[in-house]
Amino acid sequence: MSVMVARKKVVRKWEKLPGRNTFCCDGRIMMARQKGIFYLTLFLILGTCALFFAFECRYLAVQLSPAIPVFAAVLFLFAMATLLRTSFSDPGVIPRALPDEAAFIEMEIEATNGTVPQGQRPPPRIKNFQINNQIVKLKYCYTCKIFRPPRASHCSICDNCVERFDHHCPWVGNCVGKRNYRYFYLFILSLSLLTIYIFTFNIVYVALKSLKIGFLNTLKETPGTVLEVLICFFTLWSVVGLTGFHTFLVALNQTTNEDIKGSWTGKNRVQNPYSHGNIVKNCCEVLCGPLPPSVLDRRGILQQEESTAQEESCPRGPSTQEPTAAQGPGGQAEESSAQQKDGSLPHLSAVPAPSLSNAEMPEEKQLTSGELPVPSQDAGQAEH
Amino acid sequence: MATEVHSLQELRRSASLATKVFVQRDYSDGTTCQFQTKFPPELESRIERQLFEETVKTLNGFYAEAEKIGGSSYLEGCLACATAYFIFLCMETHYEKVLKKISKYIQEQNEKIYAPRGLLLTDPLERGMRVVSSGQQGAGGMTRARGGGDTRSGCWAIGPAHLTDDP
Repeated sequence: MSVMVARKKVVRKWEKLPGRNTFCCDGRIMMARQKGIFYLTLFLILGTCALFFAFECRYLAVQLSPAIPVFAAVLFLFAMATLLRTSFSDPGVIPRALPDEAAFIEMEIEATNGTVPQGQRPPPRIKNFQINNQIVKLKYCYTCKIFRPPRASHCSICDNCVERFDHHCPWVGNCVGKRNYRYFYLFILSLSLLTIYIFTFNIVYVALKSLKIGFLNTLKETPGTVLEVLICFFTLWSVVGLTGFHTFLVALNQTTNEDIKGSWTGKNRVQNPYSHGNIVKNCCEVLCGPLPPSVLDRRGILQQEESTAQEESCPRGPSTQEPTAAQGPGGQAEESSAQQKDGSLPHLSAVPAPSLSNAEMPEEKQLTSGELPVPSQDAGQAEH
Repeated sequence: MATEVHSLQELRRSASLATKVFVQRDYSDGTTCQFQTKFPPELESRIERQLFEETVKTLNGFYAEAEKIGGSSYLEGCLACATAYFIFLCMETHYEKVLKKISKYIQEQNEKIYAPRGLLLTDPLERGMRVVSSGQQGAGGMTRARGGGDTRSGCWAIGPAHLTDDP
């Protein structure tokens, strides 16, 4: 009996996720496709801080206090940590419906609306829900084939539905949604503080040194100061303004998307049903509330074997799941336990979709990959 | 082996939409994760209404606990913020802990209640915590729902599960 060692290629789920995201570090990092502006952000922050630490800090630490560079370092590290968290984490992407669920929803829609006679436009797919005595409409997303939860929106840049969608920020290279909004807010807050800090101390440095050696000599000695002041000046106006705007949104428990669309403003519109009515409570919920883990099991293993129809004698490879990253769902993916005896069914391998049951339709994947990117129904993105 | 293959293929052939029931999310309380306790008519003959409703209510209770906004969640949030969120590299969030409890509960329910009735409950974590799809069982084993994760939008399904020794 010939024993074929099946060469099992370990394919993780992130490789087959639809949508226009890039993944790094084997699925641990998730970003949008265009990252150019994100690199610019990094460069500006790192460059300005490097200049500050290299030149001004040396003088100020001696002349004024060594606490100055220490505090700057703390702010810088915090800003970088929150920036990377915002950029690399899953904003709260809602996975698309697999065919059976999509078909089930279609059936439900048809049952509600009845069959539409030929030539007539089908009614828009909207479900009405009552939340806190306000009627909220749920829209159907044609790309993801789901009814979007309240406050979710489809980002056309990343081609994903995102929960509590705020906006797509090119500066951080990712969408800002439910899971990374607090990191985004803390990033712009700490960046504002850092900018103000560096700007102030540059002025102080120039003032102090000019008293000793004159203004022009100061600039000649540390030309970087001029650059820093310029960068900080322009950053101040934009980032501080943005921080103020988002503070306002947090206090009212609104998203940028809702604010731009005017969902809760106007006489005839519903009032924001998600606000607690209390600024402190709203802030606490948005910034310190419980953080849901990612629903996309990016690092889970897809059962995709390249074995032929022979009996598989090799062990199931890395079927002992590695513990998922802190951002991924806690707990282990135990789906390989479902495929223990299925080595003799090679055609299961053609189904890359995450499947516990063995009765998944083999043509599932073809259906989902065959769908064309449908332009989202609403402009689900507001760029800064 | 041949019979296993045969029954699996049979299962696949008979697998159709009718074998899956999806329980939708209930948004009446806002965006918190709750599922509708309305009893799906397709399950009328398979399971007692009360058992099903109890399962859903317990699950809803778990999710409410996970998303509870109170003193401990604020403390966790503030502590995490103070450490620039590095603490999450070593510590599990409260939410993740509750999700583990949920997956254990679902497993338990499947073993005790649903599998004997030929049904299988899947953790909403599958397919992004939207559909707890119950597929048909693979050869000789209970398909375990995956633990952890988060129930975001969507449905939760129960469907017929066939064990290989079923006639």
